[in-house]
Amino acid sequence: MTQSHDNYHAARWNEPIIMEMGSEGQRGILVDKTDQAILEEIQNPLDSIPQSMLRSSELKLPEISQAQILRHYIRLSQMTLGFDVTPDASSGTCTMKYSPKVNEAICRNASVLEVHPLQNPSSLQGILKILFDFGEIMCEISGMYKYSFQASSGAQGIYTNACLIRAYHESNGEGDQRDEIITTAFSHPADAATPSVAGFKVITLMPGENGYPDFQSLKSVLSERTAGLMVTNPEDTGLFNPHIPAMVKAVQDAGGLCAYDQANANGLFGIVRAADTGFDLCQFNLHKTFSAPHSAQGQGAAAVGVSEKLAKFLPAPVVDFNGAEYVLDYDRPESIGKIRSFLGNVQTVIKAYAWVMSLGADGLKSVSETAVLNNNYLASKLAEIKGLDLPWDRNLKRIEQVRYSWSQLCLDTGLSTTDLARKMSDYGLQTYMESHVPRLVDEPMTLEPTESLSIDDLDAYVSVLKEISDQAYSDPESLKGAPYKSASDQLPQNQFNDPETWAMTWKAYKTKRQ
Amino acid sequence: MKKIKSTFGLIVNPISGMGGRVGLKGTDTSAIIASAIALGAKPESTIRATTCLKEIHSGLHASLDVICPPGIMGEKAAEEAGFSPTVLPMKIPDDTSAKDTRTAVEMMANAKVSLILFAGGDGTARDIYSVIKDQIPVVGIPAGVKMHSAVYATTPKSAARLVTNYFASSDANLKDVEVMDIDEDAFRNGQLSASLYGYMKVPFERRYIQGAKSGGIESDESAMSAVAHEISRRLEDDVLYILGPGTTLKAIGNQLGVDKTLLGVDLFQDGKLIAEDVTNLQIEEIIANCNKKVKIIVTPIGGQGHIFGRGNQQISPSIIKRLGRESVMIVATTNKLASLNGRPFLVDTGDPDVDQLLSGYIRVVTGINMESVYRVSD
Repeated sequence: MTQSHDNYHAARWNEPIIMEMGSEGQRGILVDKTDQAILEEIQNPLDSIPQSMLRSSELKLPEISQAQILRHYIRLSQMTLGFDVTPDASSGTCTMKYSPKVNEAICRNASVLEVHPLQNPSSLQGILKILFDFGEIMCEISGMYKYSFQASSGAQGIYTNACLIRAYHESNGEGDQRDEIITTAFSHPADAATPSVAGFKVITLMPGENGYPDFQSLKSVLSERTAGLMVTNPEDTGLFNPHIPAMVKAVQDAGGLCAYDQANANGLFGIVRAADTGFDLCQFNLHKTFSAPHSAQGQGAAAVGVSEKLAKFLPAPVVDFNGAEYVLDYDRPESIGKIRSFLGNVQTVIKAYAWVMSLGADGLKSVSETAVLNNNYLASKLAEIKGLDLPWDRNLKRIEQVRYSWSQLCLDTGLSTTDLARKMSDYGLQTYMESHVPRLVDEPMTLEPTESLSIDDLDAYVSVLKEISDQAYSDPESLKGAPYKSASDQLPQNQFNDPETWAMTWKAYKTKRQ
Repeated sequence: MKKIKSTFGLIVNPISGMGGRVGLKGTDTSAIIASAIALGAKPESTIRATTCLKEIHSGLHASLDVICPPGIMGEKAAEEAGFSPTVLPMKIPDDTSAKDTRTAVEMMANAKVSLILFAGGDGTARDIYSVIKDQIPVVGIPAGVKMHSAVYATTPKSAARLVTNYFASSDANLKDVEVMDIDEDAFRNGQLSASLYGYMKVPFERRYIQGAKSGGIESDESAMSAVAHEISRRLEDDVLYILGPGTTLKAIGNQLGVDKTLLGVDLFQDGKLIAEDVTNLQIEEIIANCNKKVKIIVTPIGGQGHIFGRGNQQISPSIIKRLGRESVMIVATTNKLASLNGRPFLVDTGDPDVDQLLSGYIRVVTGINMESVYRVSD
């Protein structure tokens, strides 16, 4: 049955910030006094901390009861949309899919939850086996030789790739000479940002008339300074660049390495493998494509895979099997070092492992086939909506996502894509992703339905966008103030653009509010 | 009582654009206007202004006040669109001229309008610029024959959108864009000689502003300062730099601690300007006598993409030929590249060989450690 998005209204609680809640003396948990025997043994533990590192004032934490805390966070969750409460085709390029709850249960098992990364590896054999086996599975999926799961976000995985490229050229004595990384304007911005952080100069290829860069533009920048190519394919547009094998070869002929940012891999399982295309290294986001939750900038994990010649540069330690037991190999003199503490977000890897094991190879391929089918079904339905366009070749099938353009509707009505995006939350749907930067598509909207949405979900989603388009043409002014039924009113946009209004800490918030 | 913020000035250049359809390349003199009318030219600017104004009127902002000159210079279009304009106390002749535009703009400035909407071409933009410089934001409804300036919206409707967005938002962004014009007589004789007259402020088109959700938030100003920072890092001692005109180059000057002229070509070497606002002959003389490495730094014109031949003719084809393609550094913010909508850079140096020399892919410095590669048209 197609579910209606009419008559929705978000919960709207006037929740203060947790730091403003509670009152002096309130406690959520009454902690027992330290046992006398322990006290005698450790004396004052603060004595072991250097004087210069001790706080001079008392730490101010909210003083609040358990019931208040529970109420506070439940209310916040009620004012938040997410895949568990809404079919999220809106967050294009984010690959929002169902995260099986059984995998959460597995990760709450004491044998996962209560181990410590500094335990002797002999007592971590189960977890190390999962990491090792999943590495082997990832090699099968991508054709690469060896994996690391230390990086804990997509961008950190891409950064790891940049560091690996740097280490490779340094080991060849070309570290100073090869200082240019090439990327494309529709690759994820991290493909430009992270090599820049790693010390490279970054050259961005602009899209040609088909929506992806001309081969000639790549040729024009190749030289003895070329360190590598770092790209997504399909790009954010959902278009698959057919020239990638030729581009990879040209970069390698010039002495560079090619890194495949596979954050957009949800349409490629069992269809295209990074190594078969010629790439030297790649990375996947386990918290997207492999169903582990995004956790709101929290517990991500990237799988970084490399070809044999780059394996010695992977971050230490690498999980290995010596025939008898699983070991952590720290003895890696040419390693780029640590990308993150300990082994990364192991729980996220376990969720991805469980997901892959539940599907098998055929299941993975059907994930991609369904994601591509869903995406192209959605695109064909949206093509009927007034004022919405599919830039570049309309008849060319997209892979797993599409960057649409509301340019015509905006010219006709005077609205902007942001006005339309805001309206989505009046239907209980996620405000859609407009675009990464640089913003090259006019009035953009980027949608990615993944394999998790049913045809009814998609039809309902289309009907909402159609209703918004109709309303934009019949009564554009009524959209200006949207959302009306969301958990919050429209926020003043200038605050997002003004660092003076940002506060990353409570202290900064108090200072800046004055 | 209505606030001052909700008042905008309107100027329609009634003869603007008349030359275009009949092949006369502009209407700067009354003799040309007469021949345009004789050739059957129609007052397209009024039609275009009315389209735009209707769009503004139908929006929330029907309550906006309009101040305009009488009759065909604004009143007619405003009333046709449904506004009840405040008409400026001035008399206009049947054959309106640049003087009438300037008079109207002065009166609008005195009335403290917050924006001037005009329908016209480069001549009109120049006349407005001569009175208000960059003190009052403008929006151009494209209606002229010559539109080399970057003050125009893409269509009358998108002009309406810029105006309504400007008045609707509490945090309207403005940017400086080029006011250019060409010498019409020379153009009619087959020569194109475009000059950069200055910069006016226009509302920043939303589509080029990054959305709040996209994470990286960069104003035009900060993007330009990143470009300037990168260039200042790359400059070498003992090299003579020819710095073209424009706000990007001005920002580079600021980064280098020198007072770069906005509209002129300046020469820079070892931390200081050695010559300002130079002519092509001066450049040629200086580089002939300096036996140093010489490099050229220029930026494309926003929205239309010329890197040579518009506003920087001082850097003559013979200079470019002598220094070679590898001596040319192009600088631009990514937003500026995006504003070209995929169209290539243009060159029109006056020497086809040099234009050919510059064609093909060229690197563009877009930020700190960031470059792009962009095609120069054949």
